Amino acid sequence: MSATGFTSQAGIGHAAAGASAGVPQSDIDPFSIEFFEDPHPAHEVLREAGPVVRFDKWNVYGVARYAEVHAVLNDPLTFCSSRGVGLSDFAKEKAWRPQSIILEADPPEHTRTRAVLSRVLSPTVMKQLRGSFVAAAESRVDELLAKGSFDAIVDLAEAYPLSVFPDALGLKPEGRENLLPYASLVFNSFGPPNQLRQDAIERSAPHQAYVAEQCQRENLAPGGFGACIHARADAGDITAAEAPLLVRSLLSAGLDTTVNGIGAAVYCLARFPEQWARLRSDPTLARNAFEEAVRFESPVQTFFRTTTKDVEISGVPIGEGEKILMFLAAANRDPRRWDRPDEYDVTRKTSGHVGYGSGVHMCVGQLVARLEGEAVLSALAKRVGTIEISGPVTRRFNNTLRGLESLPVSIKPA
Amino acid sequence: MPVITFIHSDNRSERIDASAGDSVMQVATTHGVDQIVAECGGNAMCATCHVYVDGGWIARLVPMSEEEDELLHGVAAERLINSRLSCQIRITPELDGLVVRLPDRQI
Repeated sequence: MSATGFTSQAGIGHAAAGASAGVPQSDIDPFSIEFFEDPHPAHEVLREAGPVVRFDKWNVYGVARYAEVHAVLNDPLTFCSSRGVGLSDFAKEKAWRPQSIILEADPPEHTRTRAVLSRVLSPTVMKQLRGSFVAAAESRVDELLAKGSFDAIVDLAEAYPLSVFPDALGLKPEGRENLLPYASLVFNSFGPPNQLRQDAIERSAPHQAYVAEQCQRENLAPGGFGACIHARADAGDITAAEAPLLVRSLLSAGLDTTVNGIGAAVYCLARFPEQWARLRSDPTLARNAFEEAVRFESPVQTFFRTTTKDVEISGVPIGEGEKILMFLAAANRDPRRWDRPDEYDVTRKTSGHVGYGSGVHMCVGQLVARLEGEAVLSALAKRVGTIEISGPVTRRFNNTLRGLESLPVSIKPA
Repeated sequence: MPVITFIHSDNRSERIDASAGDSVMQVATTHGVDQIVAECGGNAMCATCHVYVDGGWIARLVPMSEEEDELLHGVAAERLINSRLSCQIRITPELDGLVVRLPDRQI
């Protein structure tokens, strides 16, 4: 079965014994390389098959329509995170690393740890960071203009977040080369036990050791996000043992996500010249152009939840202890929710997209992501005249993240 | 249906029929009131649905939570005594006639 060969009926069959009667069965593997090459046709098949589908290969249910994805995200007690937000069910198998006390936790326990990170990454803190983040984006774009031709992934989408985020966190300069491999590992680990996940975990030891070390208080510079988290332990909001685990969450989820978000935005602007022209004519659209890229490409493609009781999703009965795979990317292009869903439109009203999730677990670092994205796109819009793709575009494969390995571009000054 | 009036920073006003149960932010975004950005979609995270509640209405709203109070410190326009996040104002029949003013910027 080739990903490009999906039609409205391909990949969908009848319910087999053991699954809920009437639930469309799919033989699509949403964690295969061919799926990752071009997920959109398969997303459409899954959306149109029904409100809930069942995947033969991994024995899970999936939801690909906006309404169902949004509903599952917003009912955290029925669809829990504490049994893992990947395929692995922590009630049945041991987590590969100590369980996250925020991502992989439910209310009420989650509420306390979440409040700490919300405060550390609040709108007020973003106001303080704005000046330095904007200046770093402008000097990065000036350097790239001097080069003319470069790789928009390595030299911009990776280089820019690496130039601001680890410093904002308060990390030491040494060892930062572990950050992207660690994040890649974390996001691969949410997938099934396929080659991507197994290879990542096999190579994980040095990256895990680095991260565990950097989460300790003595390794985090004063004033950074990390030190602020440890300070909340002094205030009694969390225990001293919990603080390093919350720092780990920022190290896991704070970098690769923005790399793929910025990469997605630049890829959109390089592919859709009329949207690039629109942004150039009004650089205040930068923030929305980034947000729309997050909707359009959905750098985080999927997450799982686990049912805590027998439930129904849109009339489909599902038993307790079942994994539900949420296709955030498919929801973000559901024609039931979005006009012209397959068009990248920098002026679109993007509010409500689920690229950062929704509900109590919605990305706690979303304000950092938007600040970085806005800073980069605004600097590009003000200083760059043309962006052209100048070489072969290659994709990077990950069980959760969607993004490019390489995007060679040429730019000219405005 | 409760009617909500939005007054823009240029004094243009819009009267919108709202459904009880929706938030003021949802009413604004579904009716194209552009000055409500609501980047986080109503999850009380982004502080981009800031409004100034008009006249005596502020006292008739459910008091703000500690989280909303903290977020309001980070709004882009000036925070005033009648500042609220519109995603946190749930519409009830009693709020028929509510008037909110929109700040000149959200980001």
